[in-house]
Amino acid sequence: MGAIELRNIVKVFSDKRRGRDLLTLDNINLDIEANDFVCLLGPSGCGKSTLLNIIAGFEQATSGRTLVDGKQVERPGSDRGVVFQQPTLMPWLTAIDNIAFHLKLKGVARAERYDRAMEFIDLVGLRGFEHHHPSEMSGGMNQRVGIARALLMNPSVILMDEPFAALDAQTKLEMQEELVAIWQKRRCTIVFVTHSVDEALVLGNKIVVMTKRPGRIREAVNFDLPRPRDITSPEFNDAKRHILSLIREESTRLAQAS
Amino acid sequence: MTSVTDVSPARPALRLTRAVQGLERLVVPALLIAGWEAFARSGMLPPALLPAPSAVLHALGDWVFGFDETTQTYSGHWPRDALASALRVFGGFALASALGILAGVAIGWSRLFEKTLEPTLQMLRPIPPVSWIPLAIIWFGIADKPAIFLVFLGAFFPVLMNSIHGVKTVDHNLVRAGAMMGANGRQMLTDIVLPAALPSIFAGLRIAVGSAWMLTVTAEMVAVKSGLGYVLWDSYYFLRYDIVLAAMISIGLLGYLSDLSLKAIMARTLRWQQATTVQGRAG
Ligand SMILES: Nc1ncnc2c1ncn2[C@@H]1O[C@H](COP(=O)(O)OP(=O)(O)OP(=O)(O)O)[C@@H](O)[C@H]1O
Ligand SMILES: [Mg+2]
Repeated sequence: MGAIELRNIVKVFSDKRRGRDLLTLDNINLDIEANDFVCLLGPSGCGKSTLLNIIAGFEQATSGRTLVDGKQVERPGSDRGVVFQQPTLMPWLTAIDNIAFHLKLKGVARAERYDRAMEFIDLVGLRGFEHHHPSEMSGGMNQRVGIARALLMNPSVILMDEPFAALDAQTKLEMQEELVAIWQKRRCTIVFVTHSVDEALVLGNKIVVMTKRPGRIREAVNFDLPRPRDITSPEFNDAKRHILSLIREESTRLAQAS
Repeated sequence: MTSVTDVSPARPALRLTRAVQGLERLVVPALLIAGWEAFARSGMLPPALLPAPSAVLHALGDWVFGFDETTQTYSGHWPRDALASALRVFGGFALASALGILAGVAIGWSRLFEKTLEPTLQMLRPIPPVSWIPLAIIWFGIADKPAIFLVFLGAFFPVLMNSIHGVKTVDHNLVRAGAMMGANGRQMLTDIVLPAALPSIFAGLRIAVGSAWMLTVTAEMVAVKSGLGYVLWDSYYFLRYDIVLAAMISIGLLGYLSDLSLKAIMARTLRWQQATTVQGRAG
């Protein structure tokens, strides 16, 4: 479960104040198979978040079709968990209530909610902070609450928008390992936006490189290095060289164009 | 230079400085009252026109406890007068809060209500509540009802405006997060929009409780024959300015007390907000 098909996705933001239209996504075609771990790489402002928002159902593409498991995406739903670029927690709820919010909406009793949420509190290393409000925690801790909240829904698709950007190197490493472990256990589809080539290569089995505005898909690279991945191995470095060359080509092309 | 070892022996001294700091706030009021007392006793104005603070306190004491009938028929009647005013404030305020929040959330949340309801309400809003007094008296006679109606008018609009604002400025991404977690329309309102709008709604309630006291007193001056406002106006006719001032003080104190209780409820309800004050994490 969790196959995503993007067919000729075009997204134009109409900028009424400045009286012009902004072509953000230009004809995106992408097939994501069920249980893929896709990493989306691309320069800032190329439309990565916009693409995730379209898959999540928060925004409608100007034209084109978005299918998840063969069904047209029309609205957000708990089959697609989203980890936002900003934590986006309910500030009036404690960490554990934020994580268990989905269960509360489903009418699950409090004791069971807390019971199930504790597992995810532990998973993201926030034991001892479960009754803290977002304003009492650091940015990175809040981001981890956001991750736990999406994982608890057990969705078939998880959309993550630079979830580890606010974390220190140590925590980031741990969370990357946890995420891979969860993905291997649950067999869900993950679309993971990142700016880091290394992170993409550590996590993904498919790496999609996007171009600068308007966002197009430069290349989708399959990368099936066995896990745990050795970031010093020649295969890893070959792939890294290839991805970096895609990015570099892009920037020289832009430099020549201007 | 202070060192760590200084901290515990300094405790009693710290308490002392706290007490002194508490006294600092009283300096200006104390000076004002002392100056007023001195001026009133100097005889530059007849005592009937500017009663001394001591005389006002005397009148207030008798009004409350009824010890020497200096306030004549009012002696000992303060609890009844205060209760009459407080009940009007409470009645009008409760009604205004309920309807203001309901209408405000509806207008803030739904385009339909915004289009149909809001223009009418916004046209009624600039009309001063006091100008409704003639109609209120014609409709409700001279009793509690016109006063409650006026209080309602004064308290309703601040609650309405702040509720609309609170709902309209709810973080768009929180609504998205709610939809992502499967919230239906009703849950979106009760579990996300309403709690997110609460700080703004409370701000409206606090403005409203102030207007409520102002309008009770106004109504009591013209349309009711009881309550603190009535005593104030009645004493004015009998040239008892000490009672007028005692009534003003009573209204000020009760209004302040209402705001304090509302603030306490707010602090409990919005405890999640407290860590984010400008001063940092105050205890
Ligand atoms: N709601 C919106 N209205 C108008 N323009 C928008 C809107 N959202 C995004 N854009 C524009 O679309 C472009 C892509 O934005 P997007 O947030 O998808 O970028 P991104 O790739 O996620 O960037 P970053 O890596 O910095 O997060 C930007 O140029 C932005 O100005
Ligand atoms: Mg983004």
